[in-house]
Amino acid sequence: MSKAINLKSAVVSVLIFVVFVVGWHIATQPKATAAASGVSAEYAALMGGGAKPQSGMPTPAEVGKTFWERISDPFYDKGPNDKGIGIQLGFSLARVLTGFVLAVLVAIPLGFLIGMSPVMYRALNPYVQVLKPISPLAWMPLALYTIKDSSISAVFVIFICSLWPMLINTAHGVASVKRDWLNVAKTLEVNPLRTAMQVVLPAAAPTILTGMRISMGIAWLVIVAAEMLVGGTGIGYFVWNEWNNLSITNVIFAILMIGLVGMVLDMMFGVLQKLVTYRE
Amino acid sequence: MQEHFLKIEGLAKVFPAARGGKPLTVFDNINFSIEKGEFVCIIGHSGCGKSTILNVLAGLDEASSGVVVMDGREVKGPSLDRGVIFQSHALMPWLSVKKNIEFAVKSRWPDWKRDAVRAHCQKYIDLVGLTGSENKKPAELSGGMKQRVGIARAFAIQPKMLLMDEPFGALDALTRGVIQDELLKICAETHQTVFMITHDVDEAILLADKVILMTNGPEAKIAEIVMNTLPRNRDRHDIHKNPQYYRIRNHLVDFLVTRSKQFAETAPADYDTQHPPLVKPGLTEPLPTDSQEAEPPRGMKPALHLVNE
Repeated sequence: MSKAINLKSAVVSVLIFVVFVVGWHIATQPKATAAASGVSAEYAALMGGGAKPQSGMPTPAEVGKTFWERISDPFYDKGPNDKGIGIQLGFSLARVLTGFVLAVLVAIPLGFLIGMSPVMYRALNPYVQVLKPISPLAWMPLALYTIKDSSISAVFVIFICSLWPMLINTAHGVASVKRDWLNVAKTLEVNPLRTAMQVVLPAAAPTILTGMRISMGIAWLVIVAAEMLVGGTGIGYFVWNEWNNLSITNVIFAILMIGLVGMVLDMMFGVLQKLVTYRE
Repeated sequence: MQEHFLKIEGLAKVFPAARGGKPLTVFDNINFSIEKGEFVCIIGHSGCGKSTILNVLAGLDEASSGVVVMDGREVKGPSLDRGVIFQSHALMPWLSVKKNIEFAVKSRWPDWKRDAVRAHCQKYIDLVGLTGSENKKPAELSGGMKQRVGIARAFAIQPKMLLMDEPFGALDALTRGVIQDELLKICAETHQTVFMITHDVDEAILLADKVILMTNGPEAKIAEIVMNTLPRNRDRHDIHKNPQYYRIRNHLVDFLVTRSKQFAETAPADYDTQHPPLVKPGLTEPLPTDSQEAEPPRGMKPALHLVNE
């Protein structure tokens, strides 16, 4: 049964891909020549279209070729404007991971505090509510002004955008740990630290992991925009640089890579989530 | 006066008034005692505060007034001296059977070596008949097996006293019977002192040496304390052959059905909450001459017999 469904869905997926590529291919073919449209060849040549009328969009074959070339040599470095895709993605991932880890270090202890103490929950809630909806990029000028380093500012932006989902989920997970489990720990005279580590943490882990997964998703979205702003290195900068070079092929290639890396990151958190999820 | 193992004096629970209302007294002036090695059940309708009394004993709740003294010391907050078996078994679902019990054992004896902890846990897993399921997660166990883990966990810390809040309430009748037998066996072996809440009259007669009857709340009281005069080596298969059995059972059912509601009006003149009367219905003749005990209406009894069959 499930095998049949798998096979069918795989066939449909491939079909969608083929239809898309064929459609793309047809749409990007050179237009019928000027003669057909009733304009004299001389006029067409004057207008600059005579030699080889071509669409600005690359064909699937061109993108495929670029894809292969760039993937097969990901780590070359020929100066600031020409680096391999692996290096650019590496810069972006390093920033995302740094900001994300810093956010974990702040959000999880703080989330525990908020989740365990109703007083802290009420005291911090207004700040969280105000800060949460701020677009992380809005912090950029402030970060640039105070930190005075564009790369660290990007990390700060990632930190800020990863913080809230993790903070809120941790607090929620900690606050909704079953009374019974806490009562067990109490009657066993388990000290608060051990209760936090061995009862509350595993009980709240699935919710915390969900927050981390959302945060990582947002961080990967934001890093592209942040790097377009700060420039220099990274996949966001690469996209913007190739746009300035009017190389749509490379832009499309970069878009695909962003999607693939984002998917892998999400899958990694999916695996982690599975590890800590328990059945009741 | 004789020293009791556990003594409860003047226990009361009052919830502060809701806006515009009166404060709610759940129970008031509760006094009773439990001796070492005794198995005590408490019976009463929902809302009479049984669970609150148990939680106070466990240290998970605070009484509004009154004291609880166990083994010469006042009960304040939870302690490893009192093991609790929760109705909802309260196992940590991310830990295996073995790890759940180890968690308790490590809390009791933090200095123990790994092997000692393991051997100790295994002993109690074997005791409740879960050998072979050590590495299963609670989700893979049936309701009865989960409760066995809860029992093993409570016994494993060797508490001075065991508190059980309707431990078998969620189990089917067959499983309940089997686990009751096992509990009885373990308690007899370990001379465990037990305080247990139940709704099941038969369970109370099978397990308890003493049954505390509570009137309906609010302002619930202990109406009387019924001594189970059946011999201690009770067996579910032939317990009903003893003529005392139905006398005790009828007394308890009658209390739950009628007297628990009307106790305020029908209380005997010499009733004193400080010293609730000790009664032995198993030893009284079926037709007592002294009608102060408010003998149940005759018409009631056949119906109750039907329930037993």
